[in-house]
Amino acid sequence: MSRRPAPLVLAALLCACGGPGPGAPAPRELRFWALGREGEVVRDLMPEFERRHPGVKVTVQQIPWTAAHEKLLTAYVGRETPDVAQLGNTWVPEFAALDALEPLDAGVARSAVVGKGDYFPGIWETNVIDGVLLGVPWYVDTRLLYYRSDLLAQAGVPEPPRSWSAWRAAMAAVERKGGPGRFGILLPTNEWAQPVTLAVAAGATLLRDGGRYGAFRAPEFRRAAEFFVSLYRDGLAPPLANTQVANLYQQFAAGDFAMYVTGPWNLGEFRRRLPAALQGSWATTPLPAPDGMPFPGTSLAGGASLVVFRASERRDLAWQLVEYLSEPGVQRRFFALTGDLPARRSAWDDPALAGDGRAAPFRVQLEHVRPTPKVPEWEQIAANVWERLEPVARGAVRLDQALALLDADVDRILAKRRWLLDHRKAAAPAGSAP
Amino acid sequence: MSAGRASAAANPRRSAWRRSEARAGFLLVAPGLAVLVVFFFLPILAALALSFTDFDIYAVGDPSTARVVGLSNYARLLRDPVFWISLKNTFFFVLVGGPLTVGVALGTALLLNAKGVRLPGLFRTVYFAPVVTTVVAVATVWRFLYHPRFGLLNHVLGFVGIPAVDWLGDPRWAMPAIVLMAVWKNYGASMIVFVAGLKAIPESLYEAAVLDGAGAWRRFRAITVPLLAPTFLFVGLTTTIGYFQLFAEPYVMSGGDGGPVNSTLSVALFMYKQGFRWWNMGKAAAIAFVLFAVILAATLVQARLQRGRET
Repeated sequence: MSRRPAPLVLAALLCACGGPGPGAPAPRELRFWALGREGEVVRDLMPEFERRHPGVKVTVQQIPWTAAHEKLLTAYVGRETPDVAQLGNTWVPEFAALDALEPLDAGVARSAVVGKGDYFPGIWETNVIDGVLLGVPWYVDTRLLYYRSDLLAQAGVPEPPRSWSAWRAAMAAVERKGGPGRFGILLPTNEWAQPVTLAVAAGATLLRDGGRYGAFRAPEFRRAAEFFVSLYRDGLAPPLANTQVANLYQQFAAGDFAMYVTGPWNLGEFRRRLPAALQGSWATTPLPAPDGMPFPGTSLAGGASLVVFRASERRDLAWQLVEYLSEPGVQRRFFALTGDLPARRSAWDDPALAGDGRAAPFRVQLEHVRPTPKVPEWEQIAANVWERLEPVARGAVRLDQALALLDADVDRILAKRRWLLDHRKAAAPAGSAP
Repeated sequence: MSAGRASAAANPRRSAWRRSEARAGFLLVAPGLAVLVVFFFLPILAALALSFTDFDIYAVGDPSTARVVGLSNYARLLRDPVFWISLKNTFFFVLVGGPLTVGVALGTALLLNAKGVRLPGLFRTVYFAPVVTTVVAVATVWRFLYHPRFGLLNHVLGFVGIPAVDWLGDPRWAMPAIVLMAVWKNYGASMIVFVAGLKAIPESLYEAAVLDGAGAWRRFRAITVPLLAPTFLFVGLTTTIGYFQLFAEPYVMSGGDGGPVNSTLSVALFMYKQGFRWWNMGKAAAIAFVLFAVILAATLVQARLQRGRET
């Protein structure tokens, strides 16, 4: 039932269209959709690509993140997809289910630029759906621990915690020292990534049987959920949504909380927005690991990928644009323009990155990341996680009960997927018969 | 007898004329009707059909994977606690926001219509201005007003000694905050209708009442209210119908997600999330029809009540 063509098709296309004719008349247009700020600055990288490919014009369309998902899906329905696009890497499974993306394995196999070995494995993995590569990582995101080194030191914690028990002890120490109004950590209650990051660190698979059922009653998830809700119950984390945190930077500066699990986008924000006097007092560190597991704890593989749409008539050229944007030199320039962390290890040699003590922990963390379950329903599933855990944190519902309900929710959401998988399996032998 | 025969004799010609008139009339309305059928009735029928299927992201890619599931979208919806939360939120908005909007609109209309008001045109425009402003701009400003630390509202409350309220972050206050904003944004439209209704009441009635010794309250009860009844019905119905479809305000104020903890999730926003965020088109279509049924029922009840009061 799989409707993906053999990688040979792509190879054939590459051969047929390789090398633009010298006298190519009309400029060939390549449509590239990029999101948010990346869409703004990536334009600066295009002249070089156009110089190398005479007769090619890249049209970059910038789409705000909030509208991007819907716009891409609508474009698919209206058969108006671009040639190349930036995709949040958690969206890849959805577009894979639509069969909208061009497999890139053959392109990578022939490429002198893009090679799996130079990429962080967990990040690369987000683009592989059922064994087929559908995207190339462009930049990376992951969450780790930001902390106020001065507050931790005052509380008698000279080194950042490396295990969950040390982490909890550090939170409690900070609160004892700081008195009322100071919390050990901020874990915004409306971000599913907070409990899910902890779950991934504890080794939870989240789903089981190839994404057919929820696995939230598994001991790994249970362990993480227990730890997570206990932080609110014991008053170590305030039960606040991020919309309730009036000004994160002011409150971090005021010492309302001493730790915060967040991503690389806050490196620049903290530098810009925290007062100068505090600039020596905050740091980042890889996530603590559950007791008995090796440091650092695993985090989530986030970021954005570059994909080529199947419906494109210039897939060869589109792939060349992906290759160009993946060159270590271009990755470094892109980092300089955006502050987005590069997806390739070799681009991390850049002095601006290598010499940055707060970026270095990200380099360590990125070796220990895992994708969220690669099913199109993931975002919907994730929305249910906090909905079920919140009453537990308030003490209204027992954890066992909440996890059973969560599994039931998720099994319902995945019902269609199970049916499709079984359907395909049943159809496959008949289809492959000559 | 002869008259009857005469009319019978005249009939064929007249009916032929009628028929050609009918044909001409039909031709004239045909373009409008065609537009209605193609862009209104057919999509509604398609959506109804969709609500009996499990059309989802997989079906977007391969329509053959959509299955007919009968009424199960509806059955599941009724068992979905989040749907009931959204319905409760919507009813809160309609039942609190609706009367408040109509009341404020009537109050301002009466003030504008009172004798001796200077520059009524200017004030009408000022009060009407929020109606024609986009929700996004309004929401941005109100987000500042509602800011827990630096917002004007908490600042003012602070003068009276009321502790700061986290308007948009506290699940108990988020919906009331949205009601307040919606009332401010929308009452101008109803106000204009009330002003028109008030203008249509003949001045002589009030003069006669004054001669009979009726006070201001009596005049309001005995003349203004009964003569304004049709306007009331219209304003009440349109406000109710509009408010049941609450979407833009919570969408903008909560960043599209109906939070905190689903406290501003309206039925229409829930439908949007199911349909366009998660691509559960079958379920979203079912929500649309349930919302339609709720609005229809509420409108019928309201019309019945108000007409009952009139007679």
